[in-house]
Amino acid sequence: MNDPETLATVTTTPLSPTSTQPDQLGRFGRFGGKYVPETLMPALTELETAYQQYRHDPEFQAELNGLLKDYVGRPSPLYFAERLTAHYARPDGSGPQIYLKREDLNHTGAHKINNALAQAILAKRMGKQRIIAETGAGQHGVATATVCARFGLDCVIYMGVQDMERQSLNVFRMRLLGATVQPVAAGTGTLKDATSEAIRDWVTNVETTHYILGSVAGPHPYPMMVRDFHAVIGTETRQQCLEKWGGLPDILLACVGGGSNAMGLFHEFVGESSVRLIGVEAAGEGTETAHHAATLTKGQPGVLHGAMSYLLQDPEGQVVEAHSISAGLDYPGVGPEHSYLMETGRADYYSVTDADAVAALERLSRLEGIIPALETSHAIAYLDTLCPQLEGSPRLVLNCSGRGDKDVQTVAKYLKMREA
Amino acid sequence: MTSVSERFQTLKENNQCALIPFITAGDPDLETTAQALRVLDAAGADLIELGVPYSDPLADGPTIQAAATRALQRGVTLQKVLDMVRSLHAELTAPIILFTYYNPIYFRGVDVFMAQIAEAGVKGLVIPDLPLEESTAVLESATAHGIEVILLVAPTSPTERIDAIAQKSQGFIYLVSVTGVTGARTEIASRVQDLLPQLQKSTQKPVGVGFGVSQPEHAKQLKDWGANAVIVGSAVVKRLAEGTPAEGLAAIDTFCRSLKAALA
Repeated sequence: MNDPETLATVTTTPLSPTSTQPDQLGRFGRFGGKYVPETLMPALTELETAYQQYRHDPEFQAELNGLLKDYVGRPSPLYFAERLTAHYARPDGSGPQIYLKREDLNHTGAHKINNALAQAILAKRMGKQRIIAETGAGQHGVATATVCARFGLDCVIYMGVQDMERQSLNVFRMRLLGATVQPVAAGTGTLKDATSEAIRDWVTNVETTHYILGSVAGPHPYPMMVRDFHAVIGTETRQQCLEKWGGLPDILLACVGGGSNAMGLFHEFVGESSVRLIGVEAAGEGTETAHHAATLTKGQPGVLHGAMSYLLQDPEGQVVEAHSISAGLDYPGVGPEHSYLMETGRADYYSVTDADAVAALERLSRLEGIIPALETSHAIAYLDTLCPQLEGSPRLVLNCSGRGDKDVQTVAKYLKMREA
Repeated sequence: MTSVSERFQTLKENNQCALIPFITAGDPDLETTAQALRVLDAAGADLIELGVPYSDPLADGPTIQAAATRALQRGVTLQKVLDMVRSLHAELTAPIILFTYYNPIYFRGVDVFMAQIAEAGVKGLVIPDLPLEESTAVLESATAHGIEVILLVAPTSPTERIDAIAQKSQGFIYLVSVTGVTGARTEIASRVQDLLPQLQKSTQKPVGVGFGVSQPEHAKQLKDWGANAVIVGSAVVKRLAEGTPAEGLAAIDTFCRSLKAALA
């Protein structure tokens, strides 16, 4: 199955890595690794072995690529945002040329389905009939519930009670798709607690269950595997840039919670030193307050949910609550490869407040007729800071990671509160 | 003061199975924890596992999670826990084993942490989210400070892993009896009956069984299957947390004695 000839034929598939990270122990520099109870160690090894086997398996590839095309709707367009570009143009007409990678047009409305679909196909091949997942904004939960429906797998989604309230539409969608949504009241009732509870379920049911982790976080091999399953975003972008202007993009911009959409876009270009990589975190009510989720900007290295990475923690090494208007960014950790990209200086990370993100959501809606997710709106908001700093007319690709239908209630409530 | 290994040596000479109760430090408060350590010591505990409350206790079920959350809400910190241990460990016969997740150790600095807990009188250490692969630096530092790090083996661990873990573990080997998190179960998984001799074939070190052990009948069962120690956590934590501190202390006194009697 892994003969050299077969391997040679798949080198152009989306799953081929462009770098050798992580190492054998799942390390990106000093970040990553496997910090989990012993019970899970054999399952992580099993998963890694299965992943290494199937990533190069032509049948797996054919099934995945076929469904990415016909079920998800890939490739997603690279759209030139003409009026947004004009908004940031200087009087002489120069300024960044802004393109949106339209992951919001995927089935289920966000990039999350790329990974959920691939992991479901993997789980099926591993003979696991029961699927669990955590969700914050509900996008990963919906994507997981969707693929479980598609493959006839049992599905349990762990979701914080606070997130269930602010993303009630997605809760309904998951139930409609046949998933059980398990409320998590522990801690702050958000993504961190839902992830812990999903891991506890996995510890308990590991022999029959596959955990579809939804970000480039968690213990090895998840950060690598989830990145690779989203790397299709970057490989398509490279191809589309070639078609549109015959070259590389100059700047890539994406929001970062755990960091899956950003890694999916960045991975293809990490080795291209001319391409600037920028991640945008959630500053919540401001990084000078206690209410933010700017892990890379304000955190320190630590261990959460199985990986060493930057982490929001108190002086005792206790994990602290994150805050963001966007449930998908409301997480005190971040994927270990982002910590590595930051420490090596390969990528830069900035943060944007709730207020700026909401303003950006309104702006994109009015200028382009695209209502972006609140998560995505953080990347859009950073254009306000970035664009005036840029010389000439660089080509900028922003990952439009999700659509904002799920957020309209939250935004309406926020705007009403601000008026009051 | 007696090390974990020394304690097991004595128990072995007397052909005894050790009783290791677990409590969460600071639930309901550190004064009660100090009293509970005295009570358990007097009621026959051979070693005592003391849990440091953590914000994200991945390996723990609802009982110990809730105890940790209550303790943190009352402002319990590692420093306060260690101050309490320092003040009373000399009164105790049972060596104290600290149970803590890895992040607070890493955050403090592994060497600093080991020096501090050794100075406070802690003898052993269990880190539930630090598997063998990540443990090298921790084991080295612990050894330098005279702390024994007890590694865990799970029902899912393959034979090669069991051998490697058994070789590195210090003091004893902690056999997790269930595929799951901590918390009382109604019966002991029958798999343990096969795992115990398998483990004891690969190591001379004592084997302690924990997770899910909640009744004197369980303790006796495990002793009969050849366990060198039984670890009882959630069932103790739950009893200590019910009613007033005085009622909780009385309840764990009775419970600890009943476990001890079952092991006699």
